[in-house]
Amino acid sequence: MTYISLSYGDLILPALLVVMDGALSLVLHLKLERQLAVATLRMVIQLVLVGYVLTFLFAAVSPFWTALAAFIMVLFASREIVARQKRRLPGIWSYGLGAGCTLLAAGTVTMFALLTELRPDPWFHPRYALPLLGMILGNTMTGISLGLDVLINGLVRERSAIEACLALGGTRYQAVLPVIRDALRSGFTPIMNSMAAIGLVSLPGMMTGQILAGVAPVDAAKYQLLIMFLIAGGTGFGTLAAVLGGARLLTDQRHRLRLDRISSRELT
Amino acid sequence: MLTVSGLKRLHLRVSFDVRGGECVALQGPSGAGKTLLLRAIADLDPNDGAVRLDGQLRETMPAPAWRKQVTYLAAEPGWWAETVQDHFAAWDDALPLVERLRLPHDCASWPIQRLSTGERQRLALVRALVLQSRVLLLDEPTSALDTASAAAVEALIADRVSEGTSVIWTTHDDAQARRVGSRILRMNSGGGIEEHLT
Repeated sequence: MTYISLSYGDLILPALLVVMDGALSLVLHLKLERQLAVATLRMVIQLVLVGYVLTFLFAAVSPFWTALAAFIMVLFASREIVARQKRRLPGIWSYGLGAGCTLLAAGTVTMFALLTELRPDPWFHPRYALPLLGMILGNTMTGISLGLDVLINGLVRERSAIEACLALGGTRYQAVLPVIRDALRSGFTPIMNSMAAIGLVSLPGMMTGQILAGVAPVDAAKYQLLIMFLIAGGTGFGTLAAVLGGARLLTDQRHRLRLDRISSRELT
Repeated sequence: MLTVSGLKRLHLRVSFDVRGGECVALQGPSGAGKTLLLRAIADLDPNDGAVRLDGQLRETMPAPAWRKQVTYLAAEPGWWAETVQDHFAAWDDALPLVERLRLPHDCASWPIQRLSTGERQRLALVRALVLQSRVLLLDEPTSALDTASAAAVEALIADRVSEGTSVIWTTHDDAQARRVGSRILRMNSGGGIEEHLT
């Protein structure tokens, strides 16, 4: 494999395109300059840092450092899930449910790929484990946060319908099933849209990266297919677990709808 | 018989009982807690105290089984499916009640959005009545109805009461309370309850 290596100097000219965006914002009074500058700075620092961190991890090939990196990635994912919720679950569950389901789904699917498909030596080799986990995590996180958001808002909006069903002797699962279905549909939609459009509208990032690194396009497509299957599985598994867990937390053993468990500050 | 002992929910603190085949009217100013009380008896909200049906404690049976025997009907009932008949296990069981409450006989396939407020209120009552519950907790069941429809509801519930069903009926209409209730339970703003014979 051969690829064209870039120096930091090579990035100066493309970076001017972002400066052009800033100028555009100034001229058109979009007031996005500050936000754009912060986002660009964050991106540069994060990517450069991650480059060095991955270099260290790939050289170390240590189960401890690999697990620590994976743990930090899951923590950031769960924080992102909570940040995207308008209404939140109570206390530790606001982080716990998202983090638990993300870890369960992305972790299981990543392990599955490492142990049955890629089989690197050692099996946890960070060159394979971390990029795989990162891609699966990002998509699973989107599915989970969308699913939870639609679930919680749906339970609030459909309160009278749910309680009418409960009052007539329905179980909590019968009563919240329509909202669970909506939440699962919302969680699955981004990955299905992405699968339908992939290759037609754009080449996915990983496939593009592999092609630029000199991998044959057909081999890159096979890798991308593997990733998409894993992402679809992880998203489905994670979203299902999070939505069912959320529904269970917002009802109780006596088959009551417990909207009082949603942070009252968020309930408007 | 429904027995409520030391029921506590927010500011509510009440004890009373309702005999089999008795309709009790529940009155009180808005905000006194009439709806809270009915919801608490149906176990739709967390609450403390003992509620028994024929001596059997509510907590000794699964909540869905309790609510099939002690059924709450909200003042503004909700709908979870597209059409009217989707809300019924067996529409044929509902038909006699639909006709008696002067609802259109072909409304089974109607989308819920097509129903007027009054039609919704009567269909929700039908939905509750087909369960043949032992106790009905009716929260202003005629608030959206014209005089004739309200009279049809009162007559239908009176028949159920004569067959042994216990009813707690909340209303702001004093005349209706005297008509339907053998007793009036009046809630005060402190969360207590006083009894008046009609």
